[in-house]
Amino acid sequence: METLIAIVIGILFSIGTYLILSNQMLRIILGLSLISHGINLMIMVMGGLKTGGPPLLSETFQSFTDAIPQALILTAIVINFAVTAFLLVLSYRTYKKHGTDDMNQLRGHEHE
Amino acid sequence: MNNLLIWPVILPLIAGLLFILLRNHIRLQRVISVVVLAMVAGITIAIMNQISVSGIQTLQLGGWQAPFGIGLVADMFSMLLVLTTSIVAFCCVIFSFRTIGKDRERHYFYSLFLFLITGVNGSFMTGDLFNLYVFFEVLLLASYVLVSLGGTKIQLRETMKYVIINVLSSAFFLVGIAYIYSITGTLNLAHISVRIAEAGQDGFITTVAILFLLVFGIKAGLFLFYWLPGSYSAPPTAVSALFAALLTKVGIYAIIRMYTLVFYHEPQVTHLLLGILAAFTMVLGGIGAVAYSDINKILTYNVIIGAGFILAGIAAFTENGALGSIYYLIHDMIVKALIFLIGGVIVYLTGTTNLKEMSGLIRNHPYLGWMFFIGSLSLIGIPPLSGFIGKVFITRSTFEASYYWLGFIGLIASLMILYSVMKIFMNAFWGETVLSEAEEKGTTKGVMLPVVLLTALTFALGIGPEFINSYVETAVEGLMNPQIYIDAVFGGNEIP
Repeated sequence: METLIAIVIGILFSIGTYLILSNQMLRIILGLSLISHGINLMIMVMGGLKTGGPPLLSETFQSFTDAIPQALILTAIVINFAVTAFLLVLSYRTYKKHGTDDMNQLRGHEHE
Repeated sequence: MNNLLIWPVILPLIAGLLFILLRNHIRLQRVISVVVLAMVAGITIAIMNQISVSGIQTLQLGGWQAPFGIGLVADMFSMLLVLTTSIVAFCCVIFSFRTIGKDRERHYFYSLFLFLITGVNGSFMTGDLFNLYVFFEVLLLASYVLVSLGGTKIQLRETMKYVIINVLSSAFFLVGIAYIYSITGTLNLAHISVRIAEAGQDGFITTVAILFLLVFGIKAGLFLFYWLPGSYSAPPTAVSALFAALLTKVGIYAIIRMYTLVFYHEPQVTHLLLGILAAFTMVLGGIGAVAYSDINKILTYNVIIGAGFILAGIAAFTENGALGSIYYLIHDMIVKALIFLIGGVIVYLTGTTNLKEMSGLIRNHPYLGWMFFIGSLSLIGIPPLSGFIGKVFITRSTFEASYYWLGFIGLIASLMILYSVMKIFMNAFWGETVLSEAEEKGTTKGVMLPVVLLTALTFALGIGPEFINSYVETAVEGLMNPQIYIDAVFGGNEIP
């Protein structure tokens, strides 16, 4: 199971990298989103994947699931949600103001 | 347990939230933000005195003992930085009263300003790696809005790049956290340090250390600084001075903390790489500072050189290096704010950022000119100003560690700083006076107080370092002996 998810994370990272390297704003934002999702999966795998164990320690249960990675992912998702929302609004405003969504044309000039 | 520790984090947060409700009471917001920052400074001094009497203070939130809870840890190093932060922020907020403009004030400028301070203070004080990430995001999100607030073309363009690079580096921060968690099974910094010391720092952990170096390096403007000059010169002066003084320093703090508390077992790999990156940073930053004739660009490249120089002391990894780095870090926060504020006043007076279009300001503004001169000398490290002592100790430590090339590059970088700031001084203040007082685009009225305050501070820090010397030495002792930090966090409990 870990191997399978590792491959999925790899795919998400490579697609994300490909999208970031393009020069359209929306693609870059989607690429960042995909990378963040890949990382969330990675945190989950790093905590160890198990089936059937409750996230509680007790004397009767022999196996338990580590709950911390899930708490971390939850926090990371919320933060990522806020940042992506901000980035989308920002890119819309930038597009309106500059009339282009091509990052190559947003390099800025020496004299302006 | 010391409940005082929560106030530097929570006071600015409460005030910032309150300002959202008091949107139209600008005058009240100004008063409250000044009062809050002064209170944070006062509380910090109280905590510092407690630390010098009874050692590192901790607050385990919710009563959950380390390593199970998330705690705040106040050692002398972080409290010195919190104190400097509140002083610098105090000056920047006073500067912004006259310069920031009604529109920004009505659009929650003071709220965002205090949220940024919340994030910065939280990052300095937290004792948990994931909590460090959260506080980083708090300060970054506030800074995204502060850079773009106003919505001019150049601001929006630069904010796009700033946000994208920071989101990416935060993503890699999370990757690092995930690796650390899978290796050590904990996120408490002291506990990670214990676990790594027990298991030994093998190749994999060293790789993770380098990943953290890249993550914090992007935020600190170390080597991967290419986003920095654009986004620091876009926002208004009060904001860019705050960024130059604080934001890169948070990244530097994180590098110092990780490399003295957690990843200190393989200095011949990690600290050497840090030294190489610091050298590249100083050289490239120096070239940038010398090359431009735009006042904002020159000043932002000086921020980059400063980051490289501070980390050179940590790369040498000796007691003198840590001492010099702490002195230089405090000095750099103060003097970068000072020099950015004066640069802002110059731009405000002349209405242009191009040095070739300004001349002879010293006739009408002698105090401003001479304070810029003092600031420049302090930046280069001329005694008796505050840059001197840090520079001496850092250079000495690089020679002690036989990184002669690093110390040499640091001194060359100082010459480049000298050239770049004297270029500003000579072009802007000397020469024929082209603008009479009536033709100037702005006035210095109401903006001189923070500038005078910061100049006095750089002077005082240079003349009387013995006033803070005992504090700085406690901080160095804490940095060089991770065991002190670990003992304080666990407080005699059994380490699981």
